[in-house]
Amino acid sequence: MLDEARRRKERGEDVIVAACQAGALAEVRTFLDQLETIPTLRTSLGEGLHMDAILRRKPQVCVIDPLAHNNPRGFQNAKRWEDIEQLLQNGISVLTAVNLLHIEELRERVEAITGKHTRESIPREFLARADEIVVVDAPTRVAMEHRDAAVAESASTRESRLTELREMALVLAAEVVDRQLERYLGTHGIAQTRAAQERILVCITPRSNGEAMIASGKRNQERFHGEFHVLYVRQSRVSAAERKRIKHFLDLAKEAGAQVQILEADDSVAAILEFARRMRITQIFVGHSRRGDWLSRLWRNPLDRLLRDAETMDLRIFPQ
Amino acid sequence: MMPADSQRAESTRGRLRIYLGYSPGVGKTFQMLRDAQDALRNGEDLVIGYFETHERQDTLAFAEGLEIIPRRQITYRDRAFEEMDTEAILRRKPQLCMVDEFAHTNVPGAERLKRWEDVQVLLEAGINVWTTLNVQHIESLNDVVQGITDVRVRETVPDWVVKQASEIQLVDVTPEALLNRLRRGAVYTGELAQKAVESFFRESNLRALRELAMREAAHEVEMRQHESQREESSTKIIAAEPAAGSAPDGQERILLLVSADPSAAMLVRRARRVADYLHCDCLALFVHHEKDFSELDAKEREEIERHLNFARNLRIEARILHGENVAQTVVEFARRNQVTQIFLSRGILPARSSPMGGKLIRNVIRLAHDMQIIVVASRRADRPEGTTHGRTESQPTA
Repeated sequence: MLDEARRRKERGEDVIVAACQAGALAEVRTFLDQLETIPTLRTSLGEGLHMDAILRRKPQVCVIDPLAHNNPRGFQNAKRWEDIEQLLQNGISVLTAVNLLHIEELRERVEAITGKHTRESIPREFLARADEIVVVDAPTRVAMEHRDAAVAESASTRESRLTELREMALVLAAEVVDRQLERYLGTHGIAQTRAAQERILVCITPRSNGEAMIASGKRNQERFHGEFHVLYVRQSRVSAAERKRIKHFLDLAKEAGAQVQILEADDSVAAILEFARRMRITQIFVGHSRRGDWLSRLWRNPLDRLLRDAETMDLRIFPQ
Repeated sequence: MMPADSQRAESTRGRLRIYLGYSPGVGKTFQMLRDAQDALRNGEDLVIGYFETHERQDTLAFAEGLEIIPRRQITYRDRAFEEMDTEAILRRKPQLCMVDEFAHTNVPGAERLKRWEDVQVLLEAGINVWTTLNVQHIESLNDVVQGITDVRVRETVPDWVVKQASEIQLVDVTPEALLNRLRRGAVYTGELAQKAVESFFRESNLRALRELAMREAAHEVEMRQHESQREESSTKIIAAEPAAGSAPDGQERILLLVSADPSAAMLVRRARRVADYLHCDCLALFVHHEKDFSELDAKEREEIERHLNFARNLRIEARILHGENVAQTVVEFARRNQVTQIFLSRGILPARSSPMGGKLIRNVIRLAHDMQIIVVASRRADRPEGTTHGRTESQPTA
């Protein structure tokens, strides 16, 4: 973050510091001392950004560290990320840093790993809206050198804990970058067929082995950190028992965290293909029965069509 | 590498660290040299075995004070080339050696075909190595990268070599900043810079490759975690995820069916990748119904050997079997080997559109009713593929 601030300063941008970590290293201090600083406002309850002073000064770029911070009572906004939104709306660019454990939606998982509770958090959505995100990565063993003396634990526990957090941070960043990519492709009208992300589509029918397909879809989604869709193309002449079965599958899918879609179509293969292309699916899961199912009844037709027309996707066929 | 191997080798073998990026110019070499300066201050005995400055001034500045092992000259077709002098590094025997551009292919006349093979030699000699790699050079991602960029990257590193690294560090920068660097000529100079921005370095490509690099880094981190946990709990019973109708975690096993069709290379890469993500074993099989493998057409035999060797290069056990009924032989082999997923390619038989191709897939599905069948994605056969030793440069490497 400070490197970026330095580069921008060197390029002649108007950079100021509005908040920095108290425990900063000496070399960081030396660097910060060269930049103009607007000190935070302190009250008996704590501190917060000096918003009026920053808005009056109106720099091009403002360094604010950390991002996750609760303002004490008496400040206009309860959270620092809200202050930052306000600065952005006023045309001030902000360079800021956040640790994984402060992402609201991940807090529970992170707390389960670290055993530490934090009160400062920012919504994941805020991160997703950032214009730029940069991952600050280091091999786990290097990060281990920065010991947290307050926590007594074995080296291997610590290494495994840090590794898990590191993976979460990388995946989170990848997801933010994926959204930026989608936005970019959208605004520039670019059709990029192959995605960096795995997107799994499970197609269920009343007779498919829905439980296994959804469980496998979920496991693949977790392993690939991908997207997970479950699709049902409504069929005519469905018995009450079959309807019940479909409802059961759809409930399972929702429970598994899938994005569930129900479509009406005469030609279910065409509907699957259209949906899969639109969602940039990389793996389609379909069921196959040795007797009686639509796939085998019209065997030559549907599976051959899927094989031929879903050529840029993996087709995973489940026995039922 | 098997956990047992890694433990046994731990004491003598050097440790490998990979600086992973998504493009030339993201700052891998820069970061590596910066860390080297820190290591030097901590009293480590280190040398630069090979590094590519690309005349980048800021990078050059960071090499100051570091010992550089001179490159060796190799003459090929009357032209002088320079390669890393592995033997000189072995004689010098430092604790730590920086080797830029892990995926580089050596010029003919060098002892080894690939730079990653030189690095193996250094590691075996107990020297720690730091190296740089872009995500598009990882073998099993080759098709994904081509899908994104339309470029077939020829210089690749097998996944098991990357997996060997004890540390992976992602070097990240925003595409905006990278494009600025490119336009300023800080990565390539002159015409090459302009060409770069218009082709491989299109912003949409960079954004997608960046996402790919992040996901790859997360995957590499996760795999190491999984390996170390497996080592720790090898004596304990691991609780299996209950999943109706499919094998619990760790018990999946993949079989892929090789053919002479060029799509087999894609099949191998994809199966390797899925196996790595599911933490499971992967086997490759070719079945011929001629009595003897040597009865096959020479050209076909050569293609099949090539694909089987390609699989072996990616550490997939590969077999050749004879069987009158191909589908039945495949499924019986699968069942005998506790396979849970069979990977097939669309181009499984010579003419994909022929009813025979569909028939084999159909017969496998019919017989393997206790397994999942995966027919992997393919592209229209637009160009030959599967060569890992090609010398054609489809993109500038750095």
